[in-house]
Amino acid sequence: MTSSDPVFTANLITGRTIEQGVAIEGWKDKQEYIDAAGFVHIDPSEFKTLNVWPGSSVTVKSDFGEVIVRAIKSPYGPHPGIVFIPMGPWANQVVGTDTDTTGMPSYKGIIVTITPAPGKKVLGAIALIKMTTQGGVEA
Amino acid sequence: MRTVTDVVCPFCGTLCDDLEVDIDDAEKICETRNACIIGDNKFMTAQAPDRHLHPRIRRGGELVECTMDEAINKSAEILVNAKHPLLYGWSSTHCEAQEAGMALAEGVGGTMDNTSVCCHGPSVLAIQTVGIPSCTLGEIINRADTVLYWGCNPVNAHPRHMSRYSLYKRGFFTERGKSDRTEIVVDVRKTETAKNADIFIQPEQGRDYELMNALRVALRGEPLPESVAGISRADIEKVAQTMKDSRFGIIFFGMGLTMTRGKHRNIDIAISLTQDLNTYTKFLIMAMRGHYNVAGADQVSQWECGFPYAVDFARGFPRYNPGETSATDILARKEADAALIIAADPGAHFPIDMVRTLASIPMIAIDPHVTPTTEIASVYIPSAIVGIEEAGSAYRMDNVPIRMRKVVEPPEGVLTDKEIIDRIHRRVMELQGLEVPEVTAVKEPAEASAFDGILQRST
Ligand code: SF4
Repeated sequence: MTSSDPVFTANLITGRTIEQGVAIEGWKDKQEYIDAAGFVHIDPSEFKTLNVWPGSSVTVKSDFGEVIVRAIKSPYGPHPGIVFIPMGPWANQVVGTDTDTTGMPSYKGIIVTITPAPGKKVLGAIALIKMTTQGGVEA
Repeated sequence: MRTVTDVVCPFCGTLCDDLEVDIDDAEKICETRNACIIGDNKFMTAQAPDRHLHPRIRRGGELVECTMDEAINKSAEILVNAKHPLLYGWSSTHCEAQEAGMALAEGVGGTMDNTSVCCHGPSVLAIQTVGIPSCTLGEIINRADTVLYWGCNPVNAHPRHMSRYSLYKRGFFTERGKSDRTEIVVDVRKTETAKNADIFIQPEQGRDYELMNALRVALRGEPLPESVAGISRADIEKVAQTMKDSRFGIIFFGMGLTMTRGKHRNIDIAISLTQDLNTYTKFLIMAMRGHYNVAGADQVSQWECGFPYAVDFARGFPRYNPGETSATDILARKEADAALIIAADPGAHFPIDMVRTLASIPMIAIDPHVTPTTEIASVYIPSAIVGIEEAGSAYRMDNVPIRMRKVVEPPEGVLTDKEIIDRIHRRVMELQGLEVPEVTAVKEPAEASAFDGILQRST
C-alpha cells in the first residue's frame, strides 16, 4: 500500500455460499476452496472509490488482523458500505475473539479497511493457517 | 451395480432423506439422485483417491504417518496429561459418537462443546430465557401460508429446504405450493433467497433488534417513527399486517441474527414477536441449523448432563456457562492446555486468535478429510464418513431424529468416530489405573436390517 492508495472503509459480514458448501467437503486443500471463499464481495458502485478492477487482489484489514483476497462485484447489491467474505479461514483472519460473554464471536458487523494489493497472491487455506499460527506443536 | 434408496444426506440440517446412490460392482459410488450440489459433492468426494487414510503424528515439525495404536495411545496421553482439555466439534457425526464423547469428556475432566457455540448457541440462550413456539417441518409443508426468512439464506446454505419443506412443496392446506404462500425475506443483502421474495426488507446491518421491536409496535397499532433501521413506517406496517393476516406463519432465522450485534437478544425478541403474533393468528419460529447433526449434539448433551453445549466437567460435575465454558472463550483466554477436535473445523471457522491457541497446544484432530485443523494438529486420525460409510442417528433442524444409512464400507483400516473415541477412552482409563469394561458389540436394531433389505435394490 502506498500513501496515495485510497482507503475504503466498510462493514464486513461473513456467511455461507453454496460454492463454499461444496468446497468444504474434501476440497479444503484445493484451489476450489480458494475460489469459493478467498474473495470479498463489494458493491459494484464502490469499485471506483476503491480504485481496483474486479478480480484483483485487495488487503482487508480490521483491528484483529488482515488478509489478502480477491475483490469481486457483489451480485447481491445494492448494499453500499457492506462487504461480504464467505465463512472460512480468509474471513476469520479479521474476526475478533470477543464474544460479548455469549460464546459467539462477532462474525458480522466488523469494521474493515480495504486497499489495493496489486500482484499479491491469495494463499491457500492450509498455507494461510500455517503462516498465521505457529503451525502446530509436537504431541 | 446396486442402488441404495432413502439415503440421508449428511451435510446440512435439512437432513434430506430421499437420496438414491448408485454403487458399481467395485463398490465405488458413481452417482447420486435427488441431492443438491453440496450433498452430491459430499458423496462423490468420499472415495477420492487422494483421501488420507493413515493416522499421522507431528514429529520434527511435520505430520508423519504412524500406526493406529500409536495415534490412539498418544491421544490418550495428551488428554490424561492435560489439566483442562477441550473436546470440541461433534456436529458432523452421529449421536452415538457424541454420546461416547460425553463419557470421554467426563472421564478426563474436560470441556465438551459443539458447533452450536458459533451458530445457534445464542438461540439456545434465548430459548432458555423465553421458550419457543415451534413445530416440525411437516407442519410447515401442510399449513404455512406466510414464510419469513430472517437473516438466513436457504438457497445457498440449505439448498433443498424451500423445495422440500418451506416454500414450493405442496401440502394439505397449501395445495398450490408457493402460490399459496407469501414469502418475506429480511436480509442486509438481496441474496438469491431474497430475489424470490414477495416482500423483501433490507435493514441497516446490526439493527434487527430495533426492527423487530418496531414490528411489535406496529402489530399493536401504536405510533411509529418515520423509519426504523432504515425501513420506512409504511413497509414495517405492511409486513406486520401480512403476518397478522396469515392463517399459519413461520419465521426461519439464521446467522444474520445470531452473529450480529445483540446476538441472543435478537433471538429473544424474534421469539417474543412470534409470541405476540399468536394473539392474532398461529405463528411459529425455527432456527436454521447448519451442520446436519448439530441439533443432535445439543440433544445428546442435554440428555446426558442437562445442558446443551459448553459443558465443563473440570470440577467432576457438569457446569454450563456460555461466555465462560464455551470453546471460543476458553481458546480466546488461552485456558485449554490440550484439545480434541472431531467432526468440525475450527481451524477454518474460528477467529484466527483462537486458532493460534489451538496451534500452540497438543491437539488431536479426527476428520475424514484434510482441513486447516488437521494440518495444525499434533495427532491426526482420519475417520469414516458418517451417513456414507457408517449408519447412525441424527437430528434434523426441527429436532426430528432420523436414522442415517451406510451405503459403502469405509476404506480398510479407517475407523468410525465412535470406535476412535471409544478406543481413546479405554486407553485413558488404563492410564488412569481404572478398570476397563469388556467391549460389547453394538448390534444394529433388527428392524433396521430388515428395513435395509427392503431399501436396497439391484439394477
Ligand atoms: S439440502 Fe442439505 S441435506 Fe439436503 S441434499 Fe442439500 S446439503 Fe444435503
